[in-house]
Amino acid sequence: MTDNDLLLNIKGLRIEALSDDGWNEIVHGVDLTLKRGEVMGLIGESGAGKSTIGLAAMGFTRDGCRISGGSVVFDGEELLEKNEKQKQALRGSRIAYVAQSAASSFNPAHRLIDQCCETAVLHNVLDRDTARDEAVELYEKLRLPNPGEIGFRYPHQVSGGQLQRVMTAMAMSCKPDLIIFDEPTTALDVTTQIEVLSAIRDIVRQFNTAAIYITHDLAVVAQMADKIKVLRYGNEVEEADTRIMLSDPKEEYTRSLWAVRSHRSVEKPAVKDSDVPIISIQNISASYGSDGPRVLHDVSFDIHKGRTVAVVGESGSGKSTTARCLSGLLPISEGCILHNGEELPISSKQRSKEQLRELQMIYQIADTALNPKQRICDIIGRPLQFFLGLRGEEKKARVRELLTLIELDPDIYYSRYPTELSGGQKQRIGIARALAAEPDFIICDEITSALDQLVAEGILKLLERLQSELGLSYMFITHDLATVEAIADDVVVMQYGKVVEAGTKHEVFRPPHHPYTELLLSSVPDMNPDWLTGLLQQRAAMDGSGESVKRPEASNPKESVCQSN
Amino acid sequence: MHASISSLVLNRLLLGVVTLFVISIIIFCGVELLPGDLAQEILGQSATPESIAAFRQQLGLDRPATERYLEWLLGVVSGDFGASLANGREISELMGERLGNTLFLAGMSALISIPLALTLGVLAALYRNTAFDKGTSICTLTAISYPEFFVAYILIFLLAQTGFFPSISNISGDMSLMEKAYRTVLPALTMTMVVTAHMMRMTRAALINLLGSPYIEMARLKGVSPARVIVRHALPNALGIVINVIALNLAYLVVGVVIVEVVFVYPGLGQLLVDSVAKRDITVVQACSLIFAMTYVLLNLLADVLSTLSNPRLIHQR
Repeated sequence: MTDNDLLLNIKGLRIEALSDDGWNEIVHGVDLTLKRGEVMGLIGESGAGKSTIGLAAMGFTRDGCRISGGSVVFDGEELLEKNEKQKQALRGSRIAYVAQSAASSFNPAHRLIDQCCETAVLHNVLDRDTARDEAVELYEKLRLPNPGEIGFRYPHQVSGGQLQRVMTAMAMSCKPDLIIFDEPTTALDVTTQIEVLSAIRDIVRQFNTAAIYITHDLAVVAQMADKIKVLRYGNEVEEADTRIMLSDPKEEYTRSLWAVRSHRSVEKPAVKDSDVPIISIQNISASYGSDGPRVLHDVSFDIHKGRTVAVVGESGSGKSTTARCLSGLLPISEGCILHNGEELPISSKQRSKEQLRELQMIYQIADTALNPKQRICDIIGRPLQFFLGLRGEEKKARVRELLTLIELDPDIYYSRYPTELSGGQKQRIGIARALAAEPDFIICDEITSALDQLVAEGILKLLERLQSELGLSYMFITHDLATVEAIADDVVVMQYGKVVEAGTKHEVFRPPHHPYTELLLSSVPDMNPDWLTGLLQQRAAMDGSGESVKRPEASNPKESVCQSN
Repeated sequence: MHASISSLVLNRLLLGVVTLFVISIIIFCGVELLPGDLAQEILGQSATPESIAAFRQQLGLDRPATERYLEWLLGVVSGDFGASLANGREISELMGERLGNTLFLAGMSALISIPLALTLGVLAALYRNTAFDKGTSICTLTAISYPEFFVAYILIFLLAQTGFFPSISNISGDMSLMEKAYRTVLPALTMTMVVTAHMMRMTRAALINLLGSPYIEMARLKGVSPARVIVRHALPNALGIVINVIALNLAYLVVGVVIVEVVFVYPGLGQLLVDSVAKRDITVVQACSLIFAMTYVLLNLLADVLSTLSNPRLIHQR
């Protein structure tokens, strides 16, 4: 390797963050080198310092952080010695950034094309008209629909997967030498993820752009990166070429990351026909508003005692709407819901306290589902008092019992506030709050989606233990098929508000599949680095066109579904 | 889009009419509660009860309150505010010029204070937590902390005693625009000092609140300069708040001028209101109050329409 090839050379990078007790080091001397055209995958759990290091490669730190040591040499120039103006000139034009959530990273006040061209015009790389033409060309290369027209929309008028590709086009507008991709597909559905991944990979190769690809998803990084660096607590764990890293990781921690995906639940005995299901959903339909578009069409499935039913599908498929109907938050317009054979009133307002108690919910974002001004003991104590009438010492003892049940030490956590807990611990509090009501059925709405894999696995194991100890039934809503395989007994696949396939996990996951189930299953990234290439070739061969993903239904009523939300 | 805007305007106008109706009741009751009436005020303490009663009858004040209210309301709805009790002149004629003068003063103050407040707010957000930011805040907050009449007298002391501007802003219709503007400078400056702080602080707060957004970080990572980040990326998203604060302050510029007009002997609506209250000229008091209420309703409607127009998410359907 000659020095000329070396694009980015980070040596001994140290970064400090400001907290209540002063500056704390969060990145402890990390080295990173990148050649032109090379893609480096940075992986690790949240808090590992991935994004912080990625941003430092642009000489940028978030508010409350500072680079305290080391050097960042980009194309032979030390970034850390440059002043703000010099760094500004570099950002966007030679080093670009693609953020995790395109929906919030585009300015809602401006049209996409203006945001895409801003960098190039500002850095005097292109004049306005040329920049616009080139942006349209890039849209075309990234396989966006209506490349000539899509730029004139505002961010809220474009779907998440398309926005993510527009953001890649924006990063490409100055043909930078280096792009930092910060979890660009984490917020997307698996089917959309493939479109974005293949578009990113193609364009990065086409322009020989070097990239740092940050993610916590190993299978994704396996498709994208030439080499992988594993980080933990701001330290490098190990670095190797992608294939070597996947087949032969050296460190224990890396192996534990690799192993997460292999978790499987124990198989339960089959359901007997004579069993009365705990929840029976029979032909329900629902719409938002009295004259709004119908979002659920004739949905039916049963949930039996002590079993977990996973409801899977892309965003807009009606998973969460079904949960809202079950909990009575959204009244159904047709059909009925039976609980232990008795019909439940359609609105939660008409249900008895007992009916409300037996059906509890756990939410996706524990941060917003827990009142930050209430202590843990109050959060868990409230349902104890409301449903079971416990007070004083009795309530206190039960809260401590519940904390022990969810594997948190009551002496430490009893009187803490939610902000003092980690993401996984908050989700455990959410579970304890649901358990406090002593329900027989719990709806889990994407409860592990926002968590790291190791933490999510801990939550899944906890749920399984509680199920076997307390005989609970779960309806587990998720878009992540790996989670489904890990926890589900029965699977319901939904698309556009309809059930497309239902049955036990083995029935659904064993071929032959419904075409949509097939699409979902085949879209889950595999740890094999050749998976994406293989899949794209296979799909191209199947429909004979260059289009990467073909949906089983040509029209897409998803748009109208989103609008009503 | 046009349909949604026009239905918003229509909706708000209807609500505004309801609001004004409620306000008209409150005004009428409030004026009824004033001790004494015109008859007593004009005839003085030595008047005999018989003469007062006769005068009341002549003015129509002896009729029941509901009857007088309905008569007044019907008149107002048909555009007729009635006549002044004190001098019998048509109120619309009496108020016309005064209202024009008040709007002129409010316009002058707005021309100075809005650009000033916005510029200071943007600069304070750009140089947040620096000496400039703190200095601006201290100055504007000090200005707002003094009562208006005090600020007015300080300005008279500093700028009128030294002979730069007249301390009495006695304008009339036959003056040239320049002459009017020159004479209105001191009251306009006083009003500016009263309203600038609020608008400036809110602009600053709205902008700084947005600086943590992912799209602001994105703009910085695109190599956009700090000034452009504030003006191009943060300001358009803060407009909704800024417009509403400006509208509130504009309303105050029209309605809150009473004291300033009195200090500078400015022939505006506020002066008229104060004089009429002293004279118990209740028809004029009612008319002035209703005009003030209308100003609030209309400016709030305008603010709603403008902030809707400034938000692409509300205009461009998905």
